[in-house]
Amino acid sequence: MALQYLLSGITKGSIYAVVAIGFNLIYSATGVLNFAQGEFVMLGGMVAIMLAQLGLPLVVAVGAAVIVVSAVGCLLEITFFRKLRHHSILHMIIITIGLSIVIQEIALHIWDEKVRSLPYFTGNEVSSLKFFGAAISPQVLWVLGAIAVSVVLLHIFLRYTLQGRAMRACASNPEAAMLAGINIPNMRTLSFGLSAALGGLAGCVISPITMTHYEMGAPLAIKGFAAAILGGLGNPMGGVIGGLTVGILEAFAVSRLPAAFNDVAAFVVLLLVLFVRPHGLLGRPGGEAVREH
Amino acid sequence: MRFLQCNTPFATFAVLAVVTQLVLRAAGMEYCLTQLTMALYYALVVLGLCLVTGHAGQVSLGHAAFFAIGGYTSAFLTTHDFGPLPEPAWATGLKQARVLIEHSDLYGGTALSVSPWAAVVVALLLTFVVAHLIGYPALRLKGHYLAMATLGFGLIVSKIVVGTAQLGASDGITGVPEWPLGFGLTVSGRRTLRVENYYIACGLLLLTLVLLRNLIRSRVGRALQAIHDRETAANAMGINTAAYKLGAFVLSALLAALAGVFFTHYTGSISPSEAGALKSVRYLALAAAGGMASLWGVTAMSVILNYLSLRGFFGSYDNAVFGAILILIISLAPEGPLKPLGQWLRHGLNRNHHPRDETTGAPPGASDGAPRIH
Repeated sequence: MALQYLLSGITKGSIYAVVAIGFNLIYSATGVLNFAQGEFVMLGGMVAIMLAQLGLPLVVAVGAAVIVVSAVGCLLEITFFRKLRHHSILHMIIITIGLSIVIQEIALHIWDEKVRSLPYFTGNEVSSLKFFGAAISPQVLWVLGAIAVSVVLLHIFLRYTLQGRAMRACASNPEAAMLAGINIPNMRTLSFGLSAALGGLAGCVISPITMTHYEMGAPLAIKGFAAAILGGLGNPMGGVIGGLTVGILEAFAVSRLPAAFNDVAAFVVLLLVLFVRPHGLLGRPGGEAVREH
Repeated sequence: MRFLQCNTPFATFAVLAVVTQLVLRAAGMEYCLTQLTMALYYALVVLGLCLVTGHAGQVSLGHAAFFAIGGYTSAFLTTHDFGPLPEPAWATGLKQARVLIEHSDLYGGTALSVSPWAAVVVALLLTFVVAHLIGYPALRLKGHYLAMATLGFGLIVSKIVVGTAQLGASDGITGVPEWPLGFGLTVSGRRTLRVENYYIACGLLLLTLVLLRNLIRSRVGRALQAIHDRETAANAMGINTAAYKLGAFVLSALLAALAGVFFTHYTGSISPSEAGALKSVRYLALAAAGGMASLWGVTAMSVILNYLSLRGFFGSYDNAVFGAILILIISLAPEGPLKPLGQWLRHGLNRNHHPRDETTGAPPGASDGAPRIH
């Protein structure tokens, strides 16, 4: 039974991890904490479902959805953040919150308020695999696989490619990066595009399990943020550990608390971490990151 | 003379309130007063936010939670049946002091609930405690972290409200009794008391405005401004920044809770949507729309926009409108649209009139000092 909870926690946690990585990518490249991060996940699911219903094969629908969401991410950066570079942190927070609401409302008006989902990638609702006595849906393997692969790819990108290194340089010292001839605004757009693409992919693979709904973004963003903080803000791979921790905690909280208080556990963890260790479990207590940039 | 000059905006507000009522009566549209009253109560929350965000520079995305704490505490205590009580001395004492009152419930039986006045006191005390518990650790955080912490707090409150059967879960609490204030005034949604309640709300808002204006112009206000502009420097000047921030936060939380209490007794019910994160965001949007630090700008914008929203002018685009307002105002006119508009008007007037008119031609917003957000 504990294994069952653990597995469900890892599944949920991997989604939070993706959102947390998205937060970190954008945050370290631009200094903006994008409250609209959860909307990318919602958009990914919605676009893929729409395309799949039009009769496109699943792979094409998912691929197209990822590209569309990524384009939306780039567009947001170009329209809003490129121009507002010199605005204060308060302005940035307010703008991303506004964006999150507007995207939600647009989604509501395009796709109505029905809960919908993609078909299972393999098998269906009832098919399950036995794993040390715990039953798992094959979709869970899809989720874990897709996310693991994209995280590894992202890691390779950031570490070994020229573009990825340029992005890291831009995050650690924008001025030096600029002097080295890196086009910083484009790197920032790229970070939005990448994190939107990741979110979109997560939205597709999770859709058969958790369903897609126009309001799903905001809670995901908060939990993803909790995960990002746990792993230390600005550290992309720290988000993985943070996300899994939040997911597993939540899964075990479900077994102890009434269902209505499901989300409360994650938020309480968020508050506790913020209050006690705002630099995260992995971050160093330099205090710098907690201060305004 | 100076007294008059200082208080012109307040007098203007009072005159405007009376004129609005008379015009609506003459036009036979007194039903509009109901939504206007509700909008006035919402304006209280936004004014509190104006103090914390506009003057002290601390973001709060949890003010709907304080509104809900006030409203729900009051609604629960005045509708829940605590009887039949055992008859020890303290219970009879409470009854004699009219802290507990008997009333007839939905089915005609008698129920024993807390009186509205006692419930208000409990609601404000609870808010005071919660605001301290959250504010003390949260206000040590900055920027994004503070925003997320307050948002997380708001979500916890809203989840608890939705998940608790005693608080009516997703239906909220209905049948909240009216609240006799004394002096012959009653907070109630009865049609015959519509005008009276409109003036109660106006009076409460006016009182709050006077209180905040005086606070902002005092030593406290200057300290908050210093914290807003540069916290480290304020600290070095010997300002106890933590204490001032906490004080402003608690005061604004109390304002939100008070608004919640009045609102709940006025409408006779409260629903979980009042606690939602979207409401908190909306309050912040309204504060931004009014220019964050300008008391009059914030009051005007929040009354007008909330009124339009409550009358359903924005249809199903209600939330989208508020989201769009946030984005547009912050990206195009971060000081709020009223100040540039006022300057533009004054500029036009000065060109047409004699330049000596300039001293009296200041728009009301200018008396609060320039609105700043950084």
